[in-house]
Amino acid sequence: MTAAVRLTELDKWFGEFQVLKKVSIEVSPGEKLVICGPSGSGKSTVVRCIANLEPYEGGALDVLGGEPGAAGRGEVGMVFQQFNLFPHLTVLDNLTLGPIRALGLSRREAEDKAHALLERVKIPDQAAKKPGQLSGGQQQRVAIARALCMEPKVMLFDEPTSALDPEMIAEVLDVMEELAAEGMTMICVTHEMGFAKRVADRIAFMDAGELIEVGTPEQVFTAPKSSRFADFLDKILSH
Amino acid sequence: MKRLFPFAALLLLVGCDSQPGTWGWYVIDPTTKAGWTNVQFLMRGFTSTIQVSMLAAVASIMIGLFVALPSLSPSRWVRLPNRIYVEFVRSIPLLPMLFWVFYGLPVVLKSVGINLNIDPFWGAVITLAISDSAFTAEIFRSGIQSVPHGQSEASQTIGLTKSQAMRYVILPQAVRRILPPLANQFIYIVKMSAFASVIGMQELTRRANELVVTEYRPLEIYSLLILEYLVLVLIISAAVRWLERRMGANER
Ligand SMILES: Nc1ncnc2c1ncn2[C@@H]1O[C@H](COP(=O)(O)OP(=O)(O)O)[C@@H](O)[C@H]1O
Ligand SMILES: [Mg+2]
Repeated sequence: MTAAVRLTELDKWFGEFQVLKKVSIEVSPGEKLVICGPSGSGKSTVVRCIANLEPYEGGALDVLGGEPGAAGRGEVGMVFQQFNLFPHLTVLDNLTLGPIRALGLSRREAEDKAHALLERVKIPDQAAKKPGQLSGGQQQRVAIARALCMEPKVMLFDEPTSALDPEMIAEVLDVMEELAAEGMTMICVTHEMGFAKRVADRIAFMDAGELIEVGTPEQVFTAPKSSRFADFLDKILSH
Repeated sequence: MKRLFPFAALLLLVGCDSQPGTWGWYVIDPTTKAGWTNVQFLMRGFTSTIQVSMLAAVASIMIGLFVALPSLSPSRWVRLPNRIYVEFVRSIPLLPMLFWVFYGLPVVLKSVGINLNIDPFWGAVITLAISDSAFTAEIFRSGIQSVPHGQSEASQTIGLTKSQAMRYVILPQAVRRILPPLANQFIYIVKMSAFASVIGMQELTRRANELVVTEYRPLEIYSLLILEYLVLVLIISAAVRWLERRMGANER
């Protein structure tokens, strides 16, 4: 089976500064990859390149069998740390905008779909509210539902729980776990190691723009190969 | 001191009158037949002042949006035409531009085979629209740029094209930032439309001038003229505040 996402020696610069240094990794369809690493190591940049939000300068990036921009509209779903919901639209309209405008669904079809997805992320009764009236956890679940409305083949998550109060983290991770159980291909930047243990097929560790190590949760949690990864895990887990 | 100045100016104006020191409110006294006729003559200017201002404002908004769009590009070369237009247009004083459009533009058009007579009304509309569009363009640019970048990124990830993102996500949010300064610009247009009097358009100021020539009562007539503009501007301000409240109520 061909890879859903394949990075081959990906290089990226912000001006003089090299953010990504020959990053190579493959994600198979249905696989769940968790990316972790210290702040500023380039995790967001990797995910943003896959989402076609950033250009890259060297190497190759293959997403669903083509260049990142060549994927169908909404086929690569993205969930941001800051939710990025549309504050002027209701929750329902946040969900239906893409299906109606990008997929050409009728309003009726789009709304049926949206209601079903709100059910799935466990906020069926908030459809008429504006995002600003919801809690952070609810907003992030709306953001997940908004991406799912486009029937993505890959879902990218960039620290989806980092902006949340602790008591709301679980409700978002639960939704992500269910999504994983349904077979979605997922690439998640997160420091929630409990989630990583339960859900990830593989965990990748990045530092200073390099992909240092990739392994299964058992591997990396029992015997990480690099000392940098070991130190990082120590800090995160003791915390 | 500053507050006393208008008073002093008023007294001076009184002094300019043919009968020094007397007030001649009778020229615009609506209880007398002659006064009422004069008031009506002056007030009929509202129609064209409002028409010119509205048309100019609508045109200015359309030109402004069109001019603002390239300014959002990351490419310096795409942004360049926007900068040139804005810098060039806003450096031209209104009066010379009015003369140029009214007297010059028809000649230019004729030389390229278009026979178009520009009357004072359309001359004023075109001039005000172009002159104002440089400011409108800047208002659009800063309003659009005030919407967080994450909004267009989110739009992109749900499959919207750039223009769909602009239309359904960015502009609706930018509008709340754009509307107050745009309203100020409309007030500016209304006031600047007074310049159209010099090319013979029968708006508020022109009518006041004409009446002054026949009645020799500049103080009273120009006082009423100022009041007329004041009323117009107050109405616009109230309308804008109503609109803002309504949009604010929609937001939350
Ligand atoms: N638009 C940008 N311009 C310049 N530097 C950037 C930009 N975005 C990110 N960087 C830099 O690139 C590095 C990696 O950023 P990022 O991928 O966001 O790291 P992470 O998500 O792992 O914290 C950081 O040093 C950051 O300062
Ligand atoms: Mg990040």
